[in-house]
Amino acid sequence: MKTVAEFEIKYCQFLDAEGNLAASAPPLARDSGELLKMYRFMTLVRAFDTKAVNLQRTGRLGTYASCLGHEAAHVGVAAAMQTDDVLAPVYREFGSQMWRGVKMASILLYWGGDERGSDFSAARQDFPYCVPIASQMLHGAGVAMAMKIRGEKRCSVTYVGDGGTSEGAFYEGLNVAGARALPAVFVVVNNGWAISVPIGSQTATKTLAQKAIAAGIPGIQVDGNDVIAVRHTVGEALERARRGEGPTLIEAITYRLSDHTTADDASRYRDASEVKEAWTKEPLPRLRAYLMKLRVWDEAHEVALKAECTREVEAAVDEYLSAPQPSTDAMFDHLFARPPKSLLEQRELARRYAGSAGH
Amino acid sequence: MAKVTMIEAINRAHAWEMAHDPTVVVLGEDVGINGGVFRATVGLQEQFGKDRVQDTPLAEGMIAGLAIGMATQGLRPIAEIQFMGFIYPAMDQICSHMARMRNRTRGRLTCPVVIRMPHGGGIHAPEHHSESLEAMFAHHAGLRVVCPSSPARAYGLLLAAIRDPDPVIFLEPARLYRLVKQEVADDGLALPLDVCYRLREGSDVTIVTWGAMVSDTLRAAEKLEGEGVSCEVLDLATLSPIDHDTILDSVAKTGRLVIVHEAPRNCGIGAEIAATVAEHGLYDLHAPIKRVTGYDTIMPLSRLENDYIPSTARITDAVRETLAE
Ligand SMILES: Cc1ncc(C[n+]2csc(CCOP(=O)(O)OP(=O)(O)O)c2C)c(N)n1
Ligand SMILES: [Mg+2]
Repeated sequence: MKTVAEFEIKYCQFLDAEGNLAASAPPLARDSGELLKMYRFMTLVRAFDTKAVNLQRTGRLGTYASCLGHEAAHVGVAAAMQTDDVLAPVYREFGSQMWRGVKMASILLYWGGDERGSDFSAARQDFPYCVPIASQMLHGAGVAMAMKIRGEKRCSVTYVGDGGTSEGAFYEGLNVAGARALPAVFVVVNNGWAISVPIGSQTATKTLAQKAIAAGIPGIQVDGNDVIAVRHTVGEALERARRGEGPTLIEAITYRLSDHTTADDASRYRDASEVKEAWTKEPLPRLRAYLMKLRVWDEAHEVALKAECTREVEAAVDEYLSAPQPSTDAMFDHLFARPPKSLLEQRELARRYAGSAGH
Repeated sequence: MAKVTMIEAINRAHAWEMAHDPTVVVLGEDVGINGGVFRATVGLQEQFGKDRVQDTPLAEGMIAGLAIGMATQGLRPIAEIQFMGFIYPAMDQICSHMARMRNRTRGRLTCPVVIRMPHGGGIHAPEHHSESLEAMFAHHAGLRVVCPSSPARAYGLLLAAIRDPDPVIFLEPARLYRLVKQEVADDGLALPLDVCYRLREGSDVTIVTWGAMVSDTLRAAEKLEGEGVSCEVLDLATLSPIDHDTILDSVAKTGRLVIVHEAPRNCGIGAEIAATVAEHGLYDLHAPIKRVTGYDTIMPLSRLENDYIPSTARITDAVRETLAE
């Protein structure tokens, strides 16, 4: 028998958990301006996330999916994108959204149960959250298909979770993107868990990156807690896509340091020791340590940044909390461009009974 | 007798049947160590092992398809779908195969499967977590659709669904999971499928409803009693096939019909009930039939969900209107 196909999967890390830089690091690792910008965003995202969980716990936000521990993956991906690329998120990629200009108040509005949160003031072509797991894979492919048809130098970037790689739509998206050499990048955020199901129970595959092989496209693993590696890998994949060479699957390895959502209790199914270990690899301290080594950061900067982030987050929370309650018309007015008569009648009915629940 | 919530009653029905029928298996997302996101299957994996209570990979089409294969081999799978909004990837398997296998093979292969899932809103859950899609299933031949409205009926109807030789879609009103406790004997006794349950006798108007709307309807009936209106309340319980005989008998007595459901009005199960009464009971009616339903909109996010779900005020007004005719 002869071998008809072989593959290997590469793993990319430049900044280790202690903040040591590998000799192979790209020029980005010396661009302190960019690194500082990413660090600022990661810190802001952390502050936002902490506040959002707190709002939920105090009854001022609905169920919320924390992004704790994902800051480097999310910020790194968005930082590699062009403004006119299109992002298709899952539901916890706040770092990417915020980098792309989505307001924290919008994110809160959505998780506070108001559809206006998905009407972004920036990144107007980006997709809203995609709760039905993995279905966004095909939207990302479709967006890239449109870009390709028009010969544009734009790309789509689509997120999916490790659990999401089990859904049919995951494979369908990868396959069509490969078959048509679409300008698409797919980022699997492997945070180890899909609610209570660990990755080892989700699939027998050694890496999720190798799921690319069956679609005939490149797959690569990256340390998702190393923002330099994430940004670099996604950047290369985007360049490749813009050159017309087709899609890439990137598996970013990170860890869900929080419960799945505020409705979940991970202590039911996950060892505290695993979480403790994961905290030693989380993304912020290593970048901070590296920036300090570069002598572009110190304790005073850190204190000032934290205060600035708190102010920004508080301002966003104020904006969110002062958003007026939507009227019942909001259920009806955005369903169709031309609402049918029957719907307008129902809108009247809803007005008549607005607020009658519980009476 | 112990007082239990609906979610506990559902858990007990699983445990009873698994202890008494070794062919019963449970599969779904997070049903094992986590016991399901609502805890319906809590403790089952410990008690019955990982072969009989399986956390599956995250894929609803896979869950339904696996259940078909397992069922044709003589197992009785109970599959949990985490929320109703995530049923769509499974629809191909359910509608193209599960519902049709008996008919296609003239009874050679069958699918005694239960697919359970939360139903409806009112728990401030995120997007796609609060849908009421019963009509979508009812429209497919070969499926039974069941929806309990109390802990006792959840226990008895779930046992009946597991023992039924055909696929049953079992819809669990999420709003009722922990709302009330009720004494439920853990005696393995099933309740009959395919029949309505008369929850309240009355003479002026028949109200047909199911699931979470049962409690709102009973509250409305009580209020109306204070105004001297006598309501007969029927819990549909099996949404497909519908027990039209009981409804027609009741309408023959009261002469008025109000149908209450949380699902959208357009092509909802209320339309089927109304059409059948129009066909077979028109001359018994003293007033036009009324429907009180969710609107033909997308289930809104939590800020407006209580304005979407029919209120007691809407029910009492509809009854008063039929009486004014
Ligand atoms: C189609 C579908 N099935 C089930 C769910 C319920 N659910 C929400 S998140 C989740 C786990 C997702 O895990 P993963 O893809 O790893 O993403 P993570 O939450 O870890 O970011 C499940 C099962 C859903 N949202 N959509
Ligand atoms: Mg995950």
